[in-house]
Parts: sequence; structure tokens; C-alpha cells
Amino acid sequence: MNVADSAIKSSRGDRLFMLGVYVFLCIALIVVLYPLLYILSASISSPKLVNAGEMWLLPKGITWDGYTLVFQNSKIWSGYLNTIIYTVLGTALNLAVTLPAAYALSRSDFVGRTLFVIIILVTMFFNGGLVPTYLVVKDLHLINTMGALILPVAVSVWNLIVARTFFQTTIPRELQEAAQIDGCTNLKLFVRVVLPLSFPIIAVMALFYGVGHWNSYLPSLLYLNDDAKYPLQMVLRQILVLQEMTAETTGAAISGDIAKAMNSKAETASLLKYAVIVVSTLPIIAVYPFLQRYFVQGVMIGSVKG
Amino acid sequence: MKAQSQQVQALDGGLPLPTKLAERASLGKRIRRNWELYLFVAPALVYFVLFHYLPMYGVQIAFKNFMPAKGIMDSPWVGFAHFERFFHSYYFWDLIWNTFGISLYALAVGFPLPIILALAFNEAKNGLFKKTVQTVTYAPHFISVVVMAGMIITFLSPSSGIVIKIMAWVGIDAPQFLTDPRWFKTVYVLSEVWQSAGWGTIIYLAALAGVDPQLHEAAIVDGASRFKRVLHINLPTIVPTITIMLILNMGNILGVGFEKILLLQNSLNMESSDVISTFVYRTGLVDAQYSFSTAVGLFNSVINAILLILVNRIAKRTSETSLW
Repeated sequence: MNVADSAIKSSRGDRLFMLGVYVFLCIALIVVLYPLLYILSASISSPKLVNAGEMWLLPKGITWDGYTLVFQNSKIWSGYLNTIIYTVLGTALNLAVTLPAAYALSRSDFVGRTLFVIIILVTMFFNGGLVPTYLVVKDLHLINTMGALILPVAVSVWNLIVARTFFQTTIPRELQEAAQIDGCTNLKLFVRVVLPLSFPIIAVMALFYGVGHWNSYLPSLLYLNDDAKYPLQMVLRQILVLQEMTAETTGAAISGDIAKAMNSKAETASLLKYAVIVVSTLPIIAVYPFLQRYFVQGVMIGSVKG
Repeated sequence: MKAQSQQVQALDGGLPLPTKLAERASLGKRIRRNWELYLFVAPALVYFVLFHYLPMYGVQIAFKNFMPAKGIMDSPWVGFAHFERFFHSYYFWDLIWNTFGISLYALAVGFPLPIILALAFNEAKNGLFKKTVQTVTYAPHFISVVVMAGMIITFLSPSSGIVIKIMAWVGIDAPQFLTDPRWFKTVYVLSEVWQSAGWGTIIYLAALAGVDPQLHEAAIVDGASRFKRVLHINLPTIVPTITIMLILNMGNILGVGFEKILLLQNSLNMESSDVISTFVYRTGLVDAQYSFSTAVGLFNSVINAILLILVNRIAKRTSETSLW
């Protein structure tokens, strides 16, 4: 009774408070959503209307020319292809190195694990810096190869710790010991018993590493000097940031039919920009809501100190 | 699965387990028993030696005059010459001011927002609306820095940017966001907040899930309003998480945002956008002054480490929460 009484008494203040909460969340929703919707709309709107500020939310003067330009652009295609190759191979390497190491470090009967953990954790606080790392990559003859993009980021300490915590807390120790009594070697134990029970962590690792490779531009900026090897993000940098609107970046299409329909090079360029943002970001943004719980799980495991 | 582990537990009482045996066995035996595990960690260790410890060894070129032909070992020592040159350069204080300015500005605006947002999420009823807001606000986390920089440049373009149009519509005369040095830090910080505030709530939401419901029940009996309960129950529960996040943020204060700043930098906003890390990149890899750049980078790391230790110590003394 008492509870209900006071609940009623304070209900007006509480309702006001809840109203505030929902208004705040609505503002957050609009502020984050608006730029995303704007880009989506601008990518299929007439660039003339977009540049004049007449298109502000819903597409106006719908045209698919932007996407035609993107698909006719050989540079974007080759960047896309390169990114897919780097992401797939890079992520495979990440998993192949991170998971076995994380498992070994999760075993309390593994002699020397404290030493190994210290060796690894130290690198979180001290690093050689840009130039000494560059010199190592150069001395290993990795400059201008795919190796420079995937080897220096083969393991992330954070992901390694997350995976180790997962193995430590969710794979029952008794199960492992029983398997060992049955004469199971460590390799068999890892491949046949531990990995099949670890789907969530494998998904989390693959996603964290994969998104990292897909979005990365700095290693290519530092270590690649051949345009043909550029990943998508480097091509995007030329188009979006450096705004190199040469015939080469905007593609052969400038002399094609679409160019005739456009008044200026600038309009073609602006249309291409919005379309290329959508094409490069959509794969991740579209897949992410379905995998959201894995991402969230990954952050949560990481937040458990261990 | 469950039956299996019960069976194993039954075993526990009867038979001596191999690990218990192993604990009694000699060190050599224990190492030999798990020889495969050493192969498991070997690739990771090789990685850390090659790409982390070798560069640490290479840091010595900060005190040398590195000549590629002679190699790291045989290049002549010069002591602190590179450091002195850096400290006495005319750009030294500009770099320090910009680096700290951008970091502290980003911290002041960007740190409290995920906390407030997480508290609001926690109050909202579970349902489609809450889920939608969460999904949408997490999404920008997955946008690459390059696309982010591209969006900023496009939205703020003086001739066609939508932000400029909206400001004009409201009646504000928009400044030159991209080229006016006075606006660089604000553009950087606000875009950072837009991109990361939502994702930043996850860690606080995890902490909020641990709030004891009995505390709320007792507070309701005492007639505490909803706002008061958030302030006096939910907020104190996540203070340890807040402290840890603050320490981690302070420890990274000089390393902040290198990739985005590099993309947004131009010759007109340079005086307020040049930070230590972009300076290291330019002198080291663009101008190939290897030793000088390494010295500046080392100075950066040392300041970072000092800050981390200092903040950790303050946190330990005042709140009993710390990293170590």
C-alpha cells in the first residue's frame, strides 16, 4: 500500500522526468539519424537541387546516375576488390593467431603464462612509435605489399584479452579435464572441444577485426605507393577528402551520356560523392543491426577486468 | 552438455584429476605435458617481438643521427640534440597547446554525454523505440574515418553544405568552418561526439545492469522520486566504471584522433590543427627526418605514460578505483 501511495504522490514529478528522458532520446535519435538519411537521399537526388539546398530530407528529382557513375568507375571497383581481399585474408590471419594464443593463455596449468601475458600487456603502454615501426616494416621488405597491411596488425591486445577472458569463464574446466583423461591431446581438445563451444567469441573477433580492416586507411597511406593496390578507403580519400576530381577518379563516365546531362564537372563530382559513401558504408551498416548483440557482447566481455 | 558436466563433477570426487597430478609433478614434466600450448602462443609472440619490441629497440635512433646506410646500430650518437631542437623550435608551444586543447575539449564534451545517454536508456521502457534509438546511435561507430572526414567536408562546404544552408535558413551567418583556425577544434570535437557517444554507452549500460533492484524498492518506499533514484542509486553504481574510463582516456590524451586530424588538416587551419602526432608523421615519413621525428614521438609517449600514472594515482587516492 505504502509503495503505491508514494508512487502516486510523486507521479507528477516522475512523469515530467520521464517526458524529459524521452525528449532527450528523441533529440539524440534525430541528431544521429538526420545526416545518415540526408546522405542516402542526396545520393539519389538531382545534384542541382542538392547543391542549391532545396533537398533537405526526402529525395528530390530522383536519379540513379550517382550509382551508375560508381559502378562505371574502375578505381572504385579495384579498391573494393582489394579491400575484400585484405579484409578476408587479414581477418583469417587475425583469428589464426589470436584464438590459439588466447586459449593457451587461458589455461591455468600452462607454465609461463604470466610471463607471456606481461610481455603482451607491456605493448599496450609502450610502443616504438611511427618511424621505428616503419623502419621494421621496411627492413622486412614489406613496403608496397599486402603483408604491410595485415602483418603489423595481426593481433590486437584488446581482442586477445577479450578472447582469453571468454575461454576462461565460459568453457567448463571439468570438460577439458575429462577430455584429457580420455587421452585427448591439447590440439584435439582445442579444435574438437573448445572451438565448437566458442561460436560467440569467434563471431565477435571476426567482426571486430573485419570492421577494422574494412575501415583502415592509415597503413595503406604509410606503406603502399602503388595505386593499383589501394584499398577502398584510399580511393575514398582521393574522392572525398583530397577531392581529386580528375577524369581518372570520376571515371570514364565524364565523357559519357551522364556527363552530357550534367551541367558541370562539379555536379558529377558531388553526386558521385554521396553515392560512393553509401556504397562503401552500406555493407557494414546494413549487416550490423543483425550482429549487434555480438558486438555488444564483445564490449561487455572486454569490460570484465581479467 | 549439462549431463556431461555433471558426470565430470562426479569424477572430481573420485579420481585424481590430471591438473592436480600436474601440480605435484616436476616443472619439466609440466612443461612437457603442455608442449603444444607453446606452439599455440608462438605466432603471437613472434608478432609482438617483430612489430612491438623491435620498434622499441629502434627508439634509440632518437638519440642518434640515423643513417639508413649504416643501420640503427652503427649510426653515431648525438645525445639529446634532437630533443633540444624540438623544445627550442618556434612551433613547440603551438603543438603542445593544440594537442592538449583538442584532447581536453573532446574529453569535456565527449566524456559526460555517453554517461547521460546511458542513464536515459536505462530509464526508458524496453521496446521498439528504445531499441531503435540504440541501434541508430551505435551505427556511426562503424563509419570509417575517411568517410567521416568526407561527410564533414561535404556538410560544411561553404557553397553547398547542408549545415551552412540550415544555418542560413535560421538566420545565422556561418563561419568558414573548414578553413578558419578558430573553428577547427569545435568541428573535430562535435563530429567525434556524433560518431562515438552512442557506442560509448554500452560499457555504462553493462554496469547499470548490475544495480541492485532492492535499493530502488527501498527508495520508492521512502518516497524518492525517479530523478532522485537515478542520481543517488544509478549514478553512484557506475562511478567505478566512470573512473576507469576517465583514467584510460587521460592516458591516451596525446594520442588522440591522429587519423581524423590528418584528413581534416589543410594549409589554412594548420595553426590550430597541427598536433604532435601529425607533426611526427610529417617530419618522419614525409620529410624523412627519421631521428628527429622519433625523438618527438618518444617525448609524446613519455608524457603520455606520466599522465597515465599520475591520473591513476589521483584516482586511487580519492576513490579507491584504479587500473593497478
